[in-house]
Amino acid sequence: MSVKTDFDGEILYCRLSGEIDHHTALPIRLEVDDKIENCRPKNTILDFTDVTFMDSSGIGLVMGRYKLLSEFNGTLEVTGLSNNAYKVMRLAGLDRIATITKGVKK
Amino acid sequence: MIINEFRMTVDSRSVNESFSRATVAAFAAQLDPTLEEINDIKTAVSEAVTNCIVHGYKNEVGKIYITVKIHNDNRVIITIRDKGCGISDIKKAREPLFTTLGGDRAGLGFSVMESFTDKLLVRSKIGVGTTVTLCKKIHGRTK
Repeated sequence: MSVKTDFDGEILYCRLSGEIDHHTALPIRLEVDDKIENCRPKNTILDFTDVTFMDSSGIGLVMGRYKLLSEFNGTLEVTGLSNNAYKVMRLAGLDRIATITKGVKK
Repeated sequence: MIINEFRMTVDSRSVNESFSRATVAAFAAQLDPTLEEINDIKTAVSEAVTNCIVHGYKNEVGKIYITVKIHNDNRVIITIRDKGCGISDIKKAREPLFTTLGGDRAGLGFSVMESFTDKLLVRSKIGVGTTVTLCKKIHGRTK
């Protein structure tokens, strides 16, 4: 599991890779939150293109980041979701708090 | 009729979440499931095993007992059991968004298990433990 981030002054881009479960969610969260606190981005993009597995821990990850970002009116986008991850996020109603999109099939 | 069966026991350590779901999925692979069906199984197992770790054995490390049975009508029956604290109100625990833990836990474990399988059974007794049974029919690629 790893997170690569890039900040251009407005948008914080986080590319997650590997498997997201209860075991791996904590280090991802710490890494992303650290960047959010430091950058205070207008918009944050969580890119799931390289995520190979996700369970409901991914929901918590997105909801938690949404809460943190909304403290200073930052918006959240979730991109590159697999069919499975998209299904999990829709089930949780995350499409109501963030823009969520599926990835293109490789 | 059961045509194949597999049992394993793992410690309730979070590092075993990925091991458990991958192993169960590998055993179910003999039914030639689609990628989506394999993902459904992995996701449901991951939720059940995580529940044993974060709820059943909240303050301790215990054993998680996993059994997978394959029936001749292509049904996979997965049983995930812990001897942890047990659930006082199963109905409440199964409600979407209900969680006894705060933080980043979404309270959607049972909802995910329900929607990714055909049937979910939960049995629990305080101080004795919890057994979750997941049933899923594999339609597979060869149809």
